[in-house]
Amino acid sequence: MESAARLDQNHQLTLKEFPYIVRWREDRCTRCGRCTAVCPVKAIEPAVRSQRIVSSEGSSPEPQVTRRLTHVVQQSTDIDRYCIGCTTCSLVCPTDAIFPEYNFQHKFNHYKNKGGIPYMRGGRRNDPSVSTLDKLKFTRISMLTDPALDAGRHEFRIRTILGRNLSPDQLPIKVAGDKLELDPKVFVPPTREIYPIRIGSMSIGALSPHMWEGLAMGITYLNEVEGLPVVMCSGEGGMPPSILKSRYIKYFILQIASGYFGWDEIIRSLPDMTEDPCAIEIKYGQGAKPGDGGLLQAYKVLGLISKIRGVPEFVDLASPPTHQTKYSIEEAVAKMITSMSMAWGFRVPVYPKISGTKTARAVLNNLARNPYAAALCIDGEDGGTGAAYNVSMDKMGHPIASNIRDCYLDLVKQGKQNELPLIAAGGVGKAGNLAANAAALIMLGASAVDIGKYIMQTAAGCFGDEYNRCNVCNLGKCPRGITTQDPKLYRRLDPDKIAERVVEVFKAADVELKKIFAPLGRSTELPIGMSDALGVGEKDIADRLSISYVC
Amino acid sequence: MCRLSAITSSDYISPMENILALETMKEGHDGSGLGLMLKDLGGPFKDMKKYPILSAICSNRGLETLDEFMKSQGFREKMTWAPSIKQIAGIERREHYIAKVYDYPESYKDADMRVKEDLLMNTRLAIRKIGEPDESIFCFSFYPDVLTLKEVGDPLAVGEFFGLDNSDVKAKIVLAQGRQNTNYAIYLYACHPFFIQGYGTMTNGENTAFVPIREFLMGRGNPGYMGYNSDSEVFTHILHYSNRQLGYPLHYYKDVITPLKDNELAKRSDGAAMKLLKKSLRPLCIDGPNCVIGFTPDGSVFMVQDAKKLRPGVVGGTAGKKFGLMSEVCGLDSAVPDRDKSTDIFPMKYDMVIIAPQAREVKVWNQLHV
Ligand code: SF4
Ligand code: SF4
Repeated sequence: MESAARLDQNHQLTLKEFPYIVRWREDRCTRCGRCTAVCPVKAIEPAVRSQRIVSSEGSSPEPQVTRRLTHVVQQSTDIDRYCIGCTTCSLVCPTDAIFPEYNFQHKFNHYKNKGGIPYMRGGRRNDPSVSTLDKLKFTRISMLTDPALDAGRHEFRIRTILGRNLSPDQLPIKVAGDKLELDPKVFVPPTREIYPIRIGSMSIGALSPHMWEGLAMGITYLNEVEGLPVVMCSGEGGMPPSILKSRYIKYFILQIASGYFGWDEIIRSLPDMTEDPCAIEIKYGQGAKPGDGGLLQAYKVLGLISKIRGVPEFVDLASPPTHQTKYSIEEAVAKMITSMSMAWGFRVPVYPKISGTKTARAVLNNLARNPYAAALCIDGEDGGTGAAYNVSMDKMGHPIASNIRDCYLDLVKQGKQNELPLIAAGGVGKAGNLAANAAALIMLGASAVDIGKYIMQTAAGCFGDEYNRCNVCNLGKCPRGITTQDPKLYRRLDPDKIAERVVEVFKAADVELKKIFAPLGRSTELPIGMSDALGVGEKDIADRLSISYVC
Repeated sequence: MCRLSAITSSDYISPMENILALETMKEGHDGSGLGLMLKDLGGPFKDMKKYPILSAICSNRGLETLDEFMKSQGFREKMTWAPSIKQIAGIERREHYIAKVYDYPESYKDADMRVKEDLLMNTRLAIRKIGEPDESIFCFSFYPDVLTLKEVGDPLAVGEFFGLDNSDVKAKIVLAQGRQNTNYAIYLYACHPFFIQGYGTMTNGENTAFVPIREFLMGRGNPGYMGYNSDSEVFTHILHYSNRQLGYPLHYYKDVITPLKDNELAKRSDGAAMKLLKKSLRPLCIDGPNCVIGFTPDGSVFMVQDAKKLRPGVVGGTAGKKFGLMSEVCGLDSAVPDRDKSTDIFPMKYDMVIIAPQAREVKVWNQLHV
């Protein structure tokens, strides 16, 4: 028997299943069509509806019903055209007639696997809860017994060392009379003095040319005009030969990852390079998607990108999850580090980057014994990515706080905490507290921190957040023009403005770091491992991180 | 803020001189303790200079344990000295304050001094370990020609308590610290001066970088780098590490705790070495506020401050005779009244004042001009 009214739409989704519901106000809308034109995912479309109008014209009420056709803006219930909540429509609407609203009851994850293809996206872990880093506070304030320093008056040096420091008993120093002398013949590993907040690896392919250019100009300005030695990592995929051969290369860390994309061009440029890069980062893993290799989806492999990477246009560029030619940690790490060091005559620090993992300490212990390893960068679960499976981003990885802490304390046990710097990444500045998160990680034992998503948000207004807003970085449709190779989109972005914001962001963070360090009485060296300055209001976190519990 | 009073002299002096100097600086300490460290001893110790002296405070049981332990280690007791205690209101008398002089175990008789030093340190640490849980023994130093006395109370009262006003115990170098207690519970192992293998220092101020420094020292593989009941103990160990372990000349102590900026280092004749050293010893950098006064095994005495110089200090005296190193001028006026005051030295942020053994001469090392 059939039900009285056949439900023809039974297998369709209702708007209630969708993460964002578009609120459109008919009374305000002028039907200009800008929103539907700009929507990056075609979530809204103009539609025609028949409307019932009740009106009365005489002096006494004589309601009359008429019907007329009218244009509306309608949200699609096709799962492939779900509203991503980006708000680009609101941005262009001249009358504030449209706005996406987050729907806490959505069932998006239940449905976003059409055709047996799991949900893929960009962005980072969709977890809006307060991160451990944001729970940490600085509870040791110098008061009277030891005067605090004055962030405005005392000289502060907020710098860190990237590269291997020799242990004091390995120093090629001898006493001559009442002076110390250096034995110049002994090899000393290269080091760089840099700003402890770096712009982490984001490739030229993942970022649009304007975005990348803006960041690069920003850090160059910081170095050359502001005197802040902020460095930036290329990400996998190389760099334009013009920059490789320029003097600016010293502000960049070149990344080599498992796809080796871009390295043909780098090797070819080597003989013409006039300066050394800041460092070489060997990517073994990424916090946002542990166990996955890099991925640049075909939509983004255009023009310059295909040239730099040495591949044809419009092909998916997937890097394998591991470096295929290597089969053990000795192979994967030691040989790679040595060969990269050799390429630059042992003048450039070379270090690996891994994703946060329970096994980080094993890697670390191996590196601690390798005299050429210049650092270890650990990327925690809150790191971002341009493209990955949602399951990898949401459910895989290790939080950075305890991972860094364990590694640091391991080094302390071996007395090597000053020899091998740890770089922490993943979720730094997640809630906008860049300096506080960086300082907390430094006090837990990091020598430096990396930011990625944070700088995209602060410098270029990236829409992404932990409620899965936007996050279409993988599709080449970035509405802000940050992660796309489509000139129609990226011309929205002004590289000068980005550079300006990068400079503002770092200058502000520098002031804030001083504001944190001054009351602790630390000004000449970074408070690396100064964990007695930290406190947290949750006992379990305090115990796990060996810091004090405060309430 | 604690008050510091050190004297180095060509003649033997009474530690009372230091205590009286502390008395003039009384406003700075709250009388919560006195620590004395004497080096180059006169009086009863004058002819015992080769033999190690163990300075300790013990309970009756602790003393028995100590004697048994020392015997089992092959140390032969040559002499025991104890201060003649005078009961003073407000000072709680412990059972035994002792300084025992020993001869080395037979097997160490002809050993190198460095080997002997390790034996002495390890013995001191073993005693500390035995006596610490039940507080039956506090052992402060075990080294030839060095004596340590510590007790809680007002310095002048503690001096009288130890009978120092009538004692024949004298020394050429005396460090004395009047404590301002910022740590509430007064624990004897937290009292300055601190000692390790011939190096003694005392400090005032608070050490903001204590945790990273302690962690770095503890990673050096030296069993003597322990304790740290006071954040100032690290200053003694940094001195020991840079001067004895790494073999750097004494004035490099200043460069270790307050390294120069790279552009300043570039102008120094040893700049290249210093740049590397600064990176390797980076965790030992202090931010102050601290004034450190100490001595080394050869009898040099020094004063040094943090680079922001938030703790003052003054050095004055006459070469060949006597120098005072004090946290305040009034203390110096008390200890060395007949000096030429125009030659008083107020070390600034780049300075380290080093007085040669026997108060022979004073030299100000300026970090910028090495
Ligand atoms: S919020 Fe973005 S995805 Fe949603 S309708 Fe507006 S433009 Fe389209
Ligand atoms: S604005 Fe661009 S970069 Fe940001 S989440 Fe959206 S697509 Fe990704």
